[in-house]
Amino acid sequence: MTTLLIIAVLVLVAVAIWQMTKIFELSQLKTEYAEVASERDNRYNGYLMFAFLIFIYGITIFSFWKYTKVLLPEASSAHGGDYDYLMLISFVIIFIVQTITQALLHYFAYKYRGEKGKKALFYADNDRLEFIWTIIPVIVLAGLILWGLYSWTNIMDINDEDDPLNVELYAQQFNWTARYGGADNVLGGANVRRIDIDKANVLGLDEADPNGSDDVIVKELHLPVGRKVNFKFRSQDVLHSAYMPHFRAQMNCVPGMTTEFSFTPTITTEQIRLNPDVIDKVKRTNKIRAEKAANGEPNSDPWEYDYILLCNKICGKSHYNMQMKIIVETEEEYNEWMATQQTFQQTMASMQ
Amino acid sequence: MSGTGHEHEDDHSHDHGHHHKETFVTKYIFSQDHKMISKQYLITGLIMGFIGIAMSLMFRMQLAWPGKEIPVFEALLGKWAPDGVMDADIYLALVTIHGTIMVFFVLTAGLSGTFSNLLIPLQCGARDMASGFLNMLSYWMFFLSSVIMTLSLFVEAGPAAAGWTVYPPLSALPMSQPGSGMGMTLWLVSMAIFIASSLLGSLNYIVTVINLRTKGMSMTRLPLTIWAFLVTAVIGVISFPVLLSAALLLIMDRSFGTSFFLSDIFIQGEVLHYQGGSPVLFEHLFWFLGHPEVYIVILPAMGMVSEVMSVNARKPIFGYRAMIASILAIAFLSTIVWGHHMFISGMNPFLGSVFTFTTLLIAIPSAVKAFNWITTLWKGNLQLNAGMLFSIGMVSTFITGGLTGIILGDSTLDINVHDTYFVVAHFHLVMGISALYGLFAGVYHWFPKMFQGRMMNKNLGYVHFWITAVGSYGIFFPMHFVGMAGVPRRYYENTAFPMFDELTDVQVLMTVFALITAAAQLVFAYNFIVSIFYGKRGPQNPWQANTLEWTAPQEHFHGNWHGAIPEVHRWAYDYSKTDDNGEYIIPGQDFVPQTVPMKEGEEELHH
Repeated sequence: MTTLLIIAVLVLVAVAIWQMTKIFELSQLKTEYAEVASERDNRYNGYLMFAFLIFIYGITIFSFWKYTKVLLPEASSAHGGDYDYLMLISFVIIFIVQTITQALLHYFAYKYRGEKGKKALFYADNDRLEFIWTIIPVIVLAGLILWGLYSWTNIMDINDEDDPLNVELYAQQFNWTARYGGADNVLGGANVRRIDIDKANVLGLDEADPNGSDDVIVKELHLPVGRKVNFKFRSQDVLHSAYMPHFRAQMNCVPGMTTEFSFTPTITTEQIRLNPDVIDKVKRTNKIRAEKAANGEPNSDPWEYDYILLCNKICGKSHYNMQMKIIVETEEEYNEWMATQQTFQQTMASMQ
Repeated sequence: MSGTGHEHEDDHSHDHGHHHKETFVTKYIFSQDHKMISKQYLITGLIMGFIGIAMSLMFRMQLAWPGKEIPVFEALLGKWAPDGVMDADIYLALVTIHGTIMVFFVLTAGLSGTFSNLLIPLQCGARDMASGFLNMLSYWMFFLSSVIMTLSLFVEAGPAAAGWTVYPPLSALPMSQPGSGMGMTLWLVSMAIFIASSLLGSLNYIVTVINLRTKGMSMTRLPLTIWAFLVTAVIGVISFPVLLSAALLLIMDRSFGTSFFLSDIFIQGEVLHYQGGSPVLFEHLFWFLGHPEVYIVILPAMGMVSEVMSVNARKPIFGYRAMIASILAIAFLSTIVWGHHMFISGMNPFLGSVFTFTTLLIAIPSAVKAFNWITTLWKGNLQLNAGMLFSIGMVSTFITGGLTGIILGDSTLDINVHDTYFVVAHFHLVMGISALYGLFAGVYHWFPKMFQGRMMNKNLGYVHFWITAVGSYGIFFPMHFVGMAGVPRRYYENTAFPMFDELTDVQVLMTVFALITAAAQLVFAYNFIVSIFYGKRGPQNPWQANTLEWTAPQEHFHGNWHGAIPEVHRWAYDYSKTDDNGEYIIPGQDFVPQTVPMKEGEEELHH
């Protein structure tokens, strides 16, 4: 199938070039300055400019009609709502400007296409016009800047108010590990120089630090709904980026330093699976996967919707598959799950 | 700089009249003639461009048909695509080298190098660059760096694969990926030579524009092309040395065990000795060049579009001084916005606020430029030559791509679209496609100046433009949606995430558009090559333009003008200028070349 497609494309290219050669030869016969746009060229290209305007609108409408459904569902974090609203407003502004400016540009290109005897207007400047289209962006952008900075300051203000849950996300080629503060909700000190694979101290925790002994290290991130989570990020080898698109959250993981981000999950995994958009998405996706299964292709099991943590900074060969499942659940479910986990001390003891 | 200096060299007699007999080597290879050097830049740039585009087609096919056996892969990639299935390491290498080649080798050297060389002496009225020898050296260093970059593709463990931004530690540690061995060393060596080449070129451009303008050519009579090239060269001189230092420090970290960018690393079962460095420092140094770099790419395109558009609209460019002011404003702001690439790098959030502020400011001069171009078309008599079509296309893609910058420049909104396909769509439209359109506009427009009056075939030019215009939107418009669905860039395949399954259709659509658009570039290549040898010769001033380059004879000789250099009496944009009775200044001719003295009673109608 692919071979066929490639061959078809190559054949089409060859035909196109052959045809163009003929055009090229034919044009050689014409009058002397044949390569400067003629009356006819101006007319047809003017029409095409107008058609191109319709094409731009067309592809915009097509994309919205066809692809709006693939976008991320409603934000599942407290700040995500504000984020989505600011995004919406920015897009409304963008599309108003885009629609008007493209219309003017292409309509003028069509309307004022060259004709013999037409006189262009010598119009070198107009202070008032230029002032207007300087001041309008200034005002609009001032609004967007202030709003953006207000949200940014709120999102990036990471503090200990409201009893946040302290979680460390630890990145390495090519997987994620999560560490909870445990009963005392304090993360013990750690450094890659303390890593001891033989003793299963894979995150380099300070074994002498009492804060670390009750830490819980897991490969699946569970978060209680409605409780603020303060994340600390570390990386042991190269740059990674912890990307949690459903929560509108992202932060790089930098070897040699600790970075931070904070958000409050507001929708549990159970709840988001009942979101109509998500139900539709799962239905569409499982249809595709069923087709794949019918063809005997791998990676075609039915899918259940989950929040996910992705790596979003190029980190090497398996960058494309560096992920961890995130489960948002009720406080009780979370506590139940947490009770079944081993603490760092227990893990170390079992290795002795 | 905006004075009315009349730096004219009265005594040019030593320059002409006794030409040395030129051999093949001095005329075509080690030439010091700016026109020949510009052609060398263009052809080298175009060849690199074809390599870069071919790479993009390969990884686009991989994204559309992940894991499929594609025979082209086996043919081109050999051991990197056993049975035609692309390897994940080579995917990253292709992405990396595509970015490097397109940004530096095609859009910096191929675009700015070509047209700065061609137009600065010709449009300023100089016989050559201030230093022909440095100019030659600049080209040959560029050539050498191109050769090294191309050779790095054939290294055993593969070429550099850490992304075109080569962030350490990935780029610094050979054990983190195979491309970070010899491939990365060659990448760094090639870039270091490239930077030296760029600096030599830029210094030459600045000196030439400031010192070698002909009599009467004040700064405010310069065509906007020259303003754009001058300012581009200035920001190049300011920012490229910083990349050189970043590259040197990275070489030190890689080869001599220093810890500028590395600290606390545990990889492949052992702790490395590096302590105290920070990758964030590298990001700052890289983007201190990297952001001005995108303006180094787009400013020459803007300048050329302004010129080509005015000539073909038969109207003066609207708001000449506002255009200069906005070039200067963009250049200034471009050096203080680099942090918007690093909002979520772990840098202090307050810095993020500052960079959001400066970044969104840059939208203001950009908006002024876009509106001024649109007004230039208004009530014109548009001669829709291929160069003009590409100029209009450039304004269109610049607006479409630029508007999404409002989202990415906003630190809050950047959080969720950072490093996704939304970014890829944004910068390909605003600086990739737009700059390429500027390049094409320049090639179609100044081809007669490069190749002794021969012109490119216009019908092939139209075919080239319309397929490219439709295809570019076809590739990059849907890509925004892929980004907003949360798909990260630089993923070898998206099959590891069922949530991206339904996006494969979009990938196929984009790839088909990419294949068609790339095929249209073959039309351009064919037209370009055939026209060099068989193109029809047009008149000396085929587009009826005002600027000085069209007063020079068609045939090539070192020195540009026989006899004295023409004197300039007016700005470059007296198109369709009329006197009080509504008659053209020169009866029967809608343009007044810069060499024509002001008529009695004629007023300057612009300011």
